[in-house]
Amino acid sequence: MAVGKGERSGPEVERGSRSSRILGGGGGGRSLAIATVSSIVFFGAIALVVVNSPGWPAVKESFFYWPEFRESLPDIAQAFKTNVKLFLVAEVFILIFALVLAILRGLPGPAFFPLRLVSTVYTDVFRGIPTILLIYMLGFGIPALALQGVPTSEFFWGVVALVLVYSAYVAEVYRAGIESIHPSQEAAARSLGLSRSQALRYVVVPQAVRRVVPPLLNDFIGLQKDTALVALLGLVEAFRQSQIEVAGSFNFTPYLATALLFLLLTIPLTRFTDWLIARNRRRELARA
Amino acid sequence: MKRLTLLAAALLALLAGCGGDDNEGTQAAGTTTAASASCDKGQLQLVNPGQLTVGTDNPAFPPWFDGGTPKGSSWEINDPSTGKGFESAVAYAVAQKLGFAKNEVKWVVVPFNLSFKPGTKNFDFDINQVSVTEERDRAVDFSDSYYDVNQALVALNGTTLANATSLDDLKEARLGAQIGTTSLGYIQDTIQPEKDPRVYDTSNDVVAALNAKQIDGIVVDLPTAFFLVGAEEVKNGTVVGQFENVSGEQEHFGMLFEEGNTLRDCVNDALAELKSAGTLDQIQQEWLSEKASAPVLK
Repeated sequence: MAVGKGERSGPEVERGSRSSRILGGGGGGRSLAIATVSSIVFFGAIALVVVNSPGWPAVKESFFYWPEFRESLPDIAQAFKTNVKLFLVAEVFILIFALVLAILRGLPGPAFFPLRLVSTVYTDVFRGIPTILLIYMLGFGIPALALQGVPTSEFFWGVVALVLVYSAYVAEVYRAGIESIHPSQEAAARSLGLSRSQALRYVVVPQAVRRVVPPLLNDFIGLQKDTALVALLGLVEAFRQSQIEVAGSFNFTPYLATALLFLLLTIPLTRFTDWLIARNRRRELARA
Repeated sequence: MKRLTLLAAALLALLAGCGGDDNEGTQAAGTTTAASASCDKGQLQLVNPGQLTVGTDNPAFPPWFDGGTPKGSSWEINDPSTGKGFESAVAYAVAQKLGFAKNEVKWVVVPFNLSFKPGTKNFDFDINQVSVTEERDRAVDFSDSYYDVNQALVALNGTTLANATSLDDLKEARLGAQIGTTSLGYIQDTIQPEKDPRVYDTSNDVVAALNAKQIDGIVVDLPTAFFLVGAEEVKNGTVVGQFENVSGEQEHFGMLFEEGNTLRDCVNDALAELKSAGTLDQIQQEWLSEKASAPVLK
């Protein structure tokens, strides 16, 4: 972090900032000019083809109709709060539950075999089931059992389904992180007198988690988008609200509004992830 | 909506030079007779020449479609080409007026969302319980009413909602509706319950939610309400009542056409003839006769 992105003094910086330089080429004004011209030609050609296509006026009227956009956006933004609630609540449980799964899977020795088995089978099963099916089965199936004390709330079952599926993904991310920590780290910790669990708690997991923050954010973005699937249970979130608007006006512009709302949330997060990756790389290279 | 269609009808009448301005009550819009020459079978604006291509969604639900599916049919629940069920019968009656024999009518599957997508359509008209609204009329063209529809409430027997007698009794209920229906708009604009309504993709999902008691009641058009209860789709359910139309505007179903399709005027002529001859009433009596039997919730 000591060296700014734009400076190109040392070899570490050159390699460290590789991922964040999308311009490519050797740098300087010439490559910028080439990149600009090439972009204009490329995107201009696409735009020309689209705008001059015979169906463009109809598509424009159907998908890019400003009055409809303006009218539907407040309602969709209101419904979008449900998505935000869904993924915030789910993410908390996912991060905890998945870490437990990953640790269970890493437990050594024959005595822990059943726990490793449970964790492995869980990951296999819930990573393999399409999220939409799980939401449907839990959301309509369990309330239909009419069991005393079991919630019927769509929000509740939506969150449960998302937590089940995403925990399986995130557990694998954690596991990759834990396995990437060199065994010498644990050995060193044990030799200092830490117990196995203390070594895990104070040495391995903290390093592992820091290392996997970018892929964790990646799954978090996936989770944000998948909250739209909970609409299946009747919950009116942003996507369902836009469907309602579309059906009311026979105009597809509200979908565009919903897409923009999601982008507004995911793009900053993606950029933040990129920045984290770049920072981690710089730090590790600086350390080496 | 009505004003717009009236205006459109008036304009059409002017253009056709035969200002037949016989507004009979609320649904007279478009009953003006267009120049009859353009409604010759050979002159019609059709997707496939010589054949009337009619769209509806699959599965085709009763009481709109009936008669089951013959062997080899790709349709679910009912095959529209049986001619049975209200919408199938109306489509064939219109087709006959336009001069098509039964075997010249071809049915295509048109999911609701695809019926109004931009671009050319693969059907001459779509008949799929689509309520006509002014907003929707901007994207497509609609025929005159072929059915004046009321919304109704379905609930489970023995629940508080099943004993509702007024709109006020619905305030605390969790209501559900299918997406794309005007039923949802009715919940939001007229019933205005305290709890947010739930909105489902398919009518099966609405029913599943009611059976699982995730919602207290379903708002749906009256004929479908009777089907859901009568066919045991909703177990132990009851049609609590029907609703009056808001502010005197009669909600109605119209056939859906590609914007600017001149066939629309010919279909409107056919509908007008079917109405005045009493044929439409007969079809309605045959397939949707329960209408009178649900109490009105005010």
